Amino acid sequence: MDSIFTADFFAAVLSGAILAGMPLLLAALGETISEQAGLLDIGLEGTMLLGAYAGFVVTNWTGSYWVGFLAAIAAGIAVSLLMVVFCVRMGRDQIVVGIAILLSMEGLTSLLHAAQFGQSYPRLDAVPAVPIPGLSEIPVVGPSLFTQPLIVYIGVALVFVVAGLLSRTNLGLDIRAAGRTPVALDNAGVDVMKIRTVAALCTGALAGLGGGYLAIVTAGIFVPFMTGGLGFIAIVIAMLGRGRPVWVLIGSLLFGVALSVATALQLAGINVPTDVVQMLPFVTVIVALALFARQSYLPAALAQPFVRGRR
Amino acid sequence: MGSAFSSGSGSPDAVVLELRGITKVFPGVRANDHVDLLVRRGEVHCLLGENGAGKSTLMNVLAGIYMPDEGSIRIDGREVSISCPRDAIDLGVGMVHQHSSLIPDFTVLENLMLGRGEGWRLSTGRAQDGLKRLTTTLGVAVDPGAETGQLSLGQQQQVEIIKALWQGSRILILDEPTSMLTPKGIEDLERVLRQLKQQGLAVIFITHKLREAFAIGDRVSVLRQGRLQGTIDRETMKAASATEMQRLVVELMFPGEAETLAHVAELSDLSELGGGGRAATAGEPLLELHEVVVAGQRGEIGIVEAISLTIHAGEVLGVAGVDGNGQRPLAEAIVGQRPLAGGDVRLAGTSLRRLGIGARQRRGLRYVTDDRLGEGIVGSMSVALNLVSKRIGTAPFWVHGRTRPEVIAAHAEELVREYSVATPSIHTPAGSLSGGNIQKVIVARELSLDPKVVVFNKPTYGLDVKTTAAVRARIRGLVDGGAAGALLISTDLEELLALSDRVAVLSRGRLMGIVRNGPGAEQEIGALMIGGEHGE
Ligand SMILES: Nc1ncnc2c1ncn2[C@@H]1O[C@H](COP(=O)(O)OP(=O)(O)OP(=O)(O)O)[C@@H](O)[C@H]1O
Ligand SMILES: [Mg+2]
Repeated sequence: MDSIFTADFFAAVLSGAILAGMPLLLAALGETISEQAGLLDIGLEGTMLLGAYAGFVVTNWTGSYWVGFLAAIAAGIAVSLLMVVFCVRMGRDQIVVGIAILLSMEGLTSLLHAAQFGQSYPRLDAVPAVPIPGLSEIPVVGPSLFTQPLIVYIGVALVFVVAGLLSRTNLGLDIRAAGRTPVALDNAGVDVMKIRTVAALCTGALAGLGGGYLAIVTAGIFVPFMTGGLGFIAIVIAMLGRGRPVWVLIGSLLFGVALSVATALQLAGINVPTDVVQMLPFVTVIVALALFARQSYLPAALAQPFVRGRR
Repeated sequence: MGSAFSSGSGSPDAVVLELRGITKVFPGVRANDHVDLLVRRGEVHCLLGENGAGKSTLMNVLAGIYMPDEGSIRIDGREVSISCPRDAIDLGVGMVHQHSSLIPDFTVLENLMLGRGEGWRLSTGRAQDGLKRLTTTLGVAVDPGAETGQLSLGQQQQVEIIKALWQGSRILILDEPTSMLTPKGIEDLERVLRQLKQQGLAVIFITHKLREAFAIGDRVSVLRQGRLQGTIDRETMKAASATEMQRLVVELMFPGEAETLAHVAELSDLSELGGGGRAATAGEPLLELHEVVVAGQRGEIGIVEAISLTIHAGEVLGVAGVDGNGQRPLAEAIVGQRPLAGGDVRLAGTSLRRLGIGARQRRGLRYVTDDRLGEGIVGSMSVALNLVSKRIGTAPFWVHGRTRPEVIAAHAEELVREYSVATPSIHTPAGSLSGGNIQKVIVARELSLDPKVVVFNKPTYGLDVKTTAAVRARIRGLVDGGAAGALLISTDLEELLALSDRVAVLSRGRLMGIVRNGPGAEQEIGALMIGGEHGE
C-alpha cells in the first residue's frame, strides 16, 4: 500500500488541488462580499458559467488568455446586473432571482455553445506557468506549488485584498453594516442600495473570473454545464468562512484536494470507480457541514431587501 | 456648516427650523396632519404627546426617513428638500431614533465610524481620539472596543447620543433618549444639553416624562392624533409653577381629562397608588429562587451570582439597580430563555429546571421583556397574532392543529379595546405601530390568560402618562387579588416605590439586600446601591 504515497502522488494532489480550487476560491471570495452586504447570490453557478463561456470564446478568438480573463470578468459583472436590478433595486426575492439566473445561464451558454461550435470542442493552449524563484526549487512541493500561472498568484493576492477591504476600509465597514443592520447604515447617511450594488458587482466580477479560470486554465475547453455544482460548493465555503477570506482560502484548497485526489489516485495506478470518485467533493461538503455548520455565521439581514421607513 | 457655532448668524433666538403644514399619511392613519413647528437656535424644544400622536413620524420626516405627503421645511429661512438621511445630515440634522439603530455585533467605535469616514482607509485612531473627547465632555465611560450588543440598553442609549453629537449636528433630535437612562444618566444628559444650547444648537427632545420636559425644555409643543395641539412659550414656562405646567400640558395632551388624570400624573404623590407602607401580610410563596446562578454569554456584564428570592402571592417584589447589573439574565433565567448554571427556580412548589419556555408560560409564568422589537413582537405579523404568539398551537386559538381565526380575532379585539392600543385594525402588522403601542401589545399579551407570576422588565418604558398609570394600576390589580405575584425590574426608583411591597437591590449580579417599602425605603435602597458600587 505505501507505494501509492509517493512524491509523485503528493505533487499531483497539490497541483490538482490548486487547479481545481482556484475557481472555488474566486467564486467564494465573491460570495463572501455579497453575503457580508446582505445579498445571498444563489445564482453564483450561473455567473461562473457565463464567465467560463465568455473567457473561453474570447481566448479562442484572440489567442490571449489575459483578454479572456477580462471577458470573463465582464460577463460576470453583466450577470450580476440582474441581481442588482431585481434584488437590490426592486427588492425581489433573492432565492427566486438566483435560481432564475442559474437556469437561464445554463440554458444560454449551452445554446450559444451549440450554435457556435456544434459538436466540436476546440482546445485552448495551456496557460504557461511561472515558477517563483527560490521557492519553486523546494523538493517535492516546490515544483507543484510554486510553479503556477500568474493568475493563481493574483487569485491568492485577492484573498488578502478582500480581507483588507472588509476589515480596513470605510467601504468594508459599510458592506458589513449593510448585511447586518441596513437601517443603521441608512440612518448614518449611507445609501444601502449603492453599497449592495457595489458588493453585487464585485461578486459578479470574481465569480466570472472563477468561471473563466475553470475554462481557460483548469479545463482548456468549454463544455456546457461544466461547473457541475462548483457554484454551490463555493456558497458553502463562503458561509463556513464566516466573512473571513483566509478561511475561504483554506476551505477552497480543502475542496480542491477532494476534487483532485481522484486524478491523483488514477495517476498512482489505483482504480476507483468513477462514481465514487465524483462523489468525493460532495461528501466533503457534507462532512464539512456536519463538522463546522454550527459555527457558520450568517449576517443578520442576509437575503432581506431593504426599504427605508418600512417597519 | 460651522455657522451653528459662530455667533454671527442672526440673533440668539433666530428661527433655525420651520415646519409648515407637514402631513404624512400611512395606510389607515393620518400620522401627521398639517403640523407647523418653529424651533429656535439655542433652545431645547420638547415635543410631547400620547402614544401614537405622531411625534416620531414628524421627526422621521425631518431626518429623511419619510417623505411628507404635504408641507415644507425651512432651515435658516431657506426652503429645503430632505429626501434621504444624507440630506438631513448634510443640513446638520442629527437624530437619535426611538429604537436602537446600532449594529449589535459591531464595536462601539465601528458604530460611531459608520458613515463618517473619509477616503478609503478606516481611520480608527482619529475616531478613538474623537470619542475620548466626547466622552470626557459627556462625563460617561464607554469602552470603544466593546461589542455594542453586549452593552446594557442604557449604555447603548449613551452610545447613540454620542453618535448623533459626533455628526456635528446643529439641530439635534432626541426621540425618547432617556427611557433607559438612570437618574444619574439623565442628569448628565441635561448638563450636556445645556452646554449644547449655549453653543447655539437647537434640540428637539421627545419624552413622556413631564418633569423632565419642564426641567430641560425651554418650550413645549404637544401633538395629538397627528395635529399640533399647541405650544407653550418660554415666558409661560418660566412663570408657571410645576403643577400649573402639568395641568396645561395634560389638558393639551388629553383634552377634558385633566381632572381625572390629576391624581395619576407623575408629579403628584405616587405613594398613594403603590404598596408603600402596606401591612406585611404576604400570601404563600409563589416563585422561589434558590441560589440561582446564571452564566454570562461571551463578554457579557452582569452575570447573576447565587441569588435567593421569594415572591409571595399578592406581592410585587421590585428589583432596583443600574441597568446592566444582571437584571436581564436573571429575568431570562426565570422564564427559561437562558439556562441556569446553578440553583433552582420553583413555581408554586414545583421545580422549573426541566421545563421549557412554553411549559412555564402555560403554568402562568410570564415575561414582559424590555427588548421590544428584538424579542417582544414579530414586526411583520399582525397585532392579533402577536397577541397570541406565545400560545401558538394551543386551545382555544388552535384546535386539532387548525387555526381558529375568529377566536384569535375576538381575543385581539378585546385586548386592543381594553388597553386602548392605537392601531388601524387588529390585522395591521405590529411593527408599524408607534413604540408605546407596541409596548401595550406586549403588556396585554402577558397579562391575559391567567398569569400567576409575571416578570416585568421596565414595563412602562415609552408609555405616555395616561397609559403608564393604567399599566401600573394593572400591575397592582394583578397581585391585589391575592392569587398572583410579580417581579418588577426597573431603573425608575419612583416606579419601584409606587408599586412594590419589597425592593431587592441588585449590583453586579449580586443581591445587596431587600428593603420593605415604606417610609425611609428610598434612602435604604440608595445606600444599598451605593454600597454595591463601592464594595469589593
Ligand atoms: N411605517 C409605518 N407604517 C404604518 N403606520 C405607521 C408607520 N409609522 C407610524 N405609523 C402610525 O402612525 C401613527 C403615529 O406613530 P408615531 O410612531 O409617530 O407615534 P409616536 O407619537 O412616536 O408614539 P410613541 O410615543 O408611542 O412613540 C401611529 O398610529 C402608527 O401606527
Ligand atoms: Mg415614537
